[in-house]
Amino acid sequence: MKVLGIETSCDETGVAVYDTEAGLLSHRLHSQIELHAEYGGVVPELASRDHIRRLPLLIRQTLASAALEVGDIDGVAYTAGPGLAGALLVGASVAESFGLAADIPVLPVHHLEGHLLSPLLSADPPAFPFIALLVSGGHTQLMRVAGVGDYTLLGESLDDAAGEAFDKTAKLLGLGYPGGPQLARLAEQGQAGRFRLPRPMLHSHDLDFSFSGLKTAVLNVVSSEAWQPRDAADLAADFQQAVVEVLCAKALAAMKAAGLKTLVVAGGVGANRALRLQLDAATAKRGWRVHYPEPELCTDNGAMIAFAGGLRFAAGERPAQVPAVRVKPRWPLMELRPPQVA
Amino acid sequence: MNVLSLETSCEQASIALLCGQDVRSVSLEGHSNHSERILQSIASLLADAGIRARDLSAVAFGCGPGAFTGLRLACGVAQGIALGAGIGVLPIDSLAALALQGGEGKVLAATDARMEEVYFAGFQVRGSRVSPLFEARCVPAAALELMEGEWLGIGSAFRAYPDVLQGRLGERFRGIDADKVPRAEEVARLAAPRVLGGECVSPEEAALLYVRDKVAYTTAERLARGGKA
Repeated sequence: MKVLGIETSCDETGVAVYDTEAGLLSHRLHSQIELHAEYGGVVPELASRDHIRRLPLLIRQTLASAALEVGDIDGVAYTAGPGLAGALLVGASVAESFGLAADIPVLPVHHLEGHLLSPLLSADPPAFPFIALLVSGGHTQLMRVAGVGDYTLLGESLDDAAGEAFDKTAKLLGLGYPGGPQLARLAEQGQAGRFRLPRPMLHSHDLDFSFSGLKTAVLNVVSSEAWQPRDAADLAADFQQAVVEVLCAKALAAMKAAGLKTLVVAGGVGANRALRLQLDAATAKRGWRVHYPEPELCTDNGAMIAFAGGLRFAAGERPAQVPAVRVKPRWPLMELRPPQVA
Repeated sequence: MNVLSLETSCEQASIALLCGQDVRSVSLEGHSNHSERILQSIASLLADAGIRARDLSAVAFGCGPGAFTGLRLACGVAQGIALGAGIGVLPIDSLAALALQGGEGKVLAATDARMEEVYFAGFQVRGSRVSPLFEARCVPAAALELMEGEWLGIGSAFRAYPDVLQGRLGERFRGIDADKVPRAEEVARLAAPRVLGGECVSPEEAALLYVRDKVAYTTAERLARGGKA
């Protein structure tokens, strides 16, 4: 079954075709980073405008690059939430009406389920069950994943997401947009250990996180009289190390508590080199495995949506309702259920 | 010729199906329900006419100006149907569709753009033809200027800002109809001759007429206004 996947939840327009037998056939991505850069953050209205301008061409190019015609597509999957309402509506209107006109089934997909399952698209996919660490600009969650749609939340951030803390701290250090990756690059040039930053909730004896205090600690350093801008790289390194240390410790604690030896890392922060190095080292020492999505699938993309939709279609799930353009800007992942066979 | 048309630029949205000379239309009631109901309504309209999406010649849609999210709903649905059915789309000026309801003569179509502003454009209506006299603009209601002539004023702007518009420009109007909104029926009627004339575009070329294009301040502009980065 060939599934067309459409992702428009934030600032990337992604389209892909996943074949439940042959795997990923093609995927295309248009990033809006440059569009939002001069605004210092994503402007929702501009994001929606760009999605609708790009999406139809991206669909055509994605089909063409796999030498497919509209008639070859057997189903459509699109991100119905969570995300920016206006941006989600673009994907939902195009996807649902495409399905209606082509007379094929359309499934709404949860954006985070897409991220969570994306490491399964890699050459060496993990097997269920596993622990998932979902780290992005919007989320920091630890979950036990027993199968598609079978997720148990073990812990999450009580305030800022890890990626959000990176972005806000980058702003404090006067870095450009998007701040997170720039902060990570600056940290590579610095030496950690000079600034005493807290390790929030490291010893809280649960699997929750908190990152807003860490950002405040950085603010205190840069506001002090002793602050020298040339120390920014060292401060960035200390900040990154604090975040990585907490993420790593909690992920390992979750694996230990669940008795699972497989960890899956998904979401934009999963591309962070320092996080990967530390997780790789810590798991290797115990004989455990950690899986990441392919680097090009760490950001938002259509492939993960086509894939998650494909898994649900393959399990027999079909759209439950009459066709409608319906989005869920707030949609807790824990509301998901395993594929419902029609 | 079968043309499906969508008009969701304001609170009262509608869809229509033109088959030959016959137009059947359905209104989508309630602002929040447009997106919930539009596809079902399209499916029933097609089923009632005994045709499928691939039997359509084109999908026309009101491309604005109007509520941004509403414009994108019509555009996105038009694009999706066109891609799925392998047909073209035709964006139609929502204010021209509104003006066609005004009858013969000079028509000023003006809708409420919120924030004390109006979207407006002037048209010459002759039978089923609507020719623009000046293109759509967005200005404060209190700053709307109108060229000489006898105009029919039509649209929600006259309900939202009656005193401002009629107080300043009252003598220019031969009549006011504040209750009309852009409708899919007129979108279809304006589209039909253009579909025949081969003016459809591919879905990726379907552009929206937002008119209001300044929607956010850049970091530099915020700083210049004394704000934070």
